[in-house]
Amino acid sequence: MSDGSAGNAPQGNPKSAYFLSHADEAIERRTLAVMVDNEPGVLARVVGLFSGRGYNIDSLTVAEVDANQHQSRITIVTQGTPHILEQIEAQLLRLVPVGEVIDITKSKRGIERELALVKVAGKGEARVEALRISQIFRANVIDTTNESFIFELTGASDKITQFVDLMRPLGLVEVSRTGVLSIKRGKEKG
Amino acid sequence: MTTETQTKPEADARTMTGAEIVIEALREQGVEVMFGYPGGAVLPIYDALYSAKDIRHVLVRHEQGAGHAAEGYARTTGKPGVCLVTSGPGATNMVTPIADAMLDSIPMVVITGQVPTHLIGTDAFQECDTTGITRACSKHNYLVTDVDELAHTIHEAFLIARSGRPGPVVIDIPKDVQFATGIYVGKEGIHKPTYHPRTSPNPDAIAATVDLMLQARRPVFYTGGGVINSGPEASRLLRELQELTGIPVTSTLMGLGAFPASHPDWLGMVGMHGSFEANNAMHDCDLMLCVGARFDDRVTGRVDAFSPTSKKVHIDIDPSSVNKIVRVDIPIISDCAEALAAIIKELKARKAKLQDMSGWKQEIDIWRARQCFAYTNSDEVIKPQHAVERLYELTKDRETYITTEVGQHQMWAAQFYHFEEPHHWMTSGGLGTMGYGLPAAVGVQAAHPNGLVIDIAGEASIQMVMQEFSTAVQHKLPVKVFILNNEWMGMVRQWQELLHGERYSHSYSESLPDFVKLAEALGGHGIRCDNPAELDDKIREMIDHPGPVLFDCCVEKAENCLPMIPSGSAHNEMILGEILGNEIGEAGKKLV
Repeated sequence: MSDGSAGNAPQGNPKSAYFLSHADEAIERRTLAVMVDNEPGVLARVVGLFSGRGYNIDSLTVAEVDANQHQSRITIVTQGTPHILEQIEAQLLRLVPVGEVIDITKSKRGIERELALVKVAGKGEARVEALRISQIFRANVIDTTNESFIFELTGASDKITQFVDLMRPLGLVEVSRTGVLSIKRGKEKG
Repeated sequence: MTTETQTKPEADARTMTGAEIVIEALREQGVEVMFGYPGGAVLPIYDALYSAKDIRHVLVRHEQGAGHAAEGYARTTGKPGVCLVTSGPGATNMVTPIADAMLDSIPMVVITGQVPTHLIGTDAFQECDTTGITRACSKHNYLVTDVDELAHTIHEAFLIARSGRPGPVVIDIPKDVQFATGIYVGKEGIHKPTYHPRTSPNPDAIAATVDLMLQARRPVFYTGGGVINSGPEASRLLRELQELTGIPVTSTLMGLGAFPASHPDWLGMVGMHGSFEANNAMHDCDLMLCVGARFDDRVTGRVDAFSPTSKKVHIDIDPSSVNKIVRVDIPIISDCAEALAAIIKELKARKAKLQDMSGWKQEIDIWRARQCFAYTNSDEVIKPQHAVERLYELTKDRETYITTEVGQHQMWAAQFYHFEEPHHWMTSGGLGTMGYGLPAAVGVQAAHPNGLVIDIAGEASIQMVMQEFSTAVQHKLPVKVFILNNEWMGMVRQWQELLHGERYSHSYSESLPDFVKLAEALGGHGIRCDNPAELDDKIREMIDHPGPVLFDCCVEKAENCLPMIPSGSAHNEMILGEILGNEIGEAGKKLV
């Protein structure tokens, strides 16, 4: 294995631990499911770890998934070099209430879904077009007035982004998204 | 309250107040000494402590002192240090020791009072968000809002503080919870399902390590604080494995004492102010066996030039330490003692011989012959190195414990005081906390009433938490504070010389206390020495004095701490003789 500082800083400049550069390592996107004890402050611990160590959070969702065992599932979408991602997982496991970190992306068997509520206002042709596109995307209309719709849509994140982009010229008012939820295919847990 | 031993958990289920639960849980955890400072939000616990004659309470002068004292106690005994402080400022004053204990992996349990639960969030008097403030700098923390959870929480806190990679755990207890009546439960069967530190090594990794050891021609042990934290058995096993293999040993600042400094294969400390032979051995080795160290930037220097030709084995109990700074070939996630025992067993089972290391040892002897710690002594003025050397010679045959503050004096202590046994050296390594040494000495002395406890200090550091000298006087803890007084913040001055063209911005103390009078004012004994000829006698006077002593050792003002690996340089680029001012490149200047 190579040295941890495999990256290349500008030529001729000495490097040290402070300038650990991983420029030649590609940035990857990861979805992690973090299984935690649902105790006070646990979300703050997880989020604080990311901000304190300079990691990115692209999206985050959290809810209790087992009331009897007080277990919550936090789904985090993050980005980093393989070295950083390895550190993120190890640092998460250092937190006392974190029981398990499941790397959904790396498992290659992950399913990711997001739910969005999209408000579109308009009249005439634009309104008809919005409704027509929503049918293509299998969105539900959950509220309507003479001049607006609220669509409910689930799917992969890029599908939702695509839908939102299509709604923009048709009178997009606002968007609310849950962030990514994930689970692995097959009969096994985790 | 009863004190008889109870074995069954059900028998332990007794009703008492929250404050009594705290004391009973501490008692069951075997706490003999605690360090603290009372205040409004912990008065019920202090009231319960009033009748608990079996738990000794050391009253400090500032909560930071309580924290460092608990760290010193923990570092020298291996048991968690315990502190008790009030809410608000009591808790915020503890933040520095908590962060210090976190970086140096020191087991500590901090109990803080909190405003009553119905006042939390109202900006009540002496309220602060203690769990919020300490979340990032503690191993774990709790806010206990139900008195029936209190005993369980305290036992869990002790478990977490001392197991795995040890660290500080904070328990914040609102005042109404201290008054409320609840059920006490014992420590039996306490576990946290999500918390399962791994302590046993993977056998394949052990076998692969022994394979590398049998091939290596230029191996070196790079040991750290993890060996000390693992307990005396780890130090014993390290010595056994070294005896078996003859591999030379270096150590981080935190690991000094795990391997005897008198041993012919001891290389001295590694890192920025480590020895020439240790740093060169690290640079040129073909196998690095890292035991309980974490490739800190003070050790590695320039990472891309760090030990370029070696295979690296890393034994660490914390998976996040592995491959954090330096990529290693064989990670062994394990307690140090268990891993060392497994390597010894495997090595013995192979019945194979290690490679001949005589060439490697000769090379090391050449580095050693450079005598990198040599300095020009003087008859006129006391050289700081000489002062530490004399202190060592005059105290080495006693049961001596050394603590330090942070700066040049700390590095001279590490270079010139030599340790034979673990748990005799207490210093703030990771956080680098000026003010650590005196309160830590108080904690060490509380653990070893008959030991000789010396805080090797600087005149700047000692002033940060110097009121704890009064604590030492009150509790008859005869600590000795040996101040290397050069009137400068010496390490800051050295870096300004090295990096900032000798522009000594705010690093000189225009006004210093008269330390002799100060010692007397605080009820201790003061000694001043500025004459090399009188040094030995005055050190003996310090040792023989039965109470606390402030020793003002006036030393050469412009002395630099060498050798030194300048920032951004590699292990084989040490400054040995003198600082010229052109050693550090532009990129290196940006580093700390």
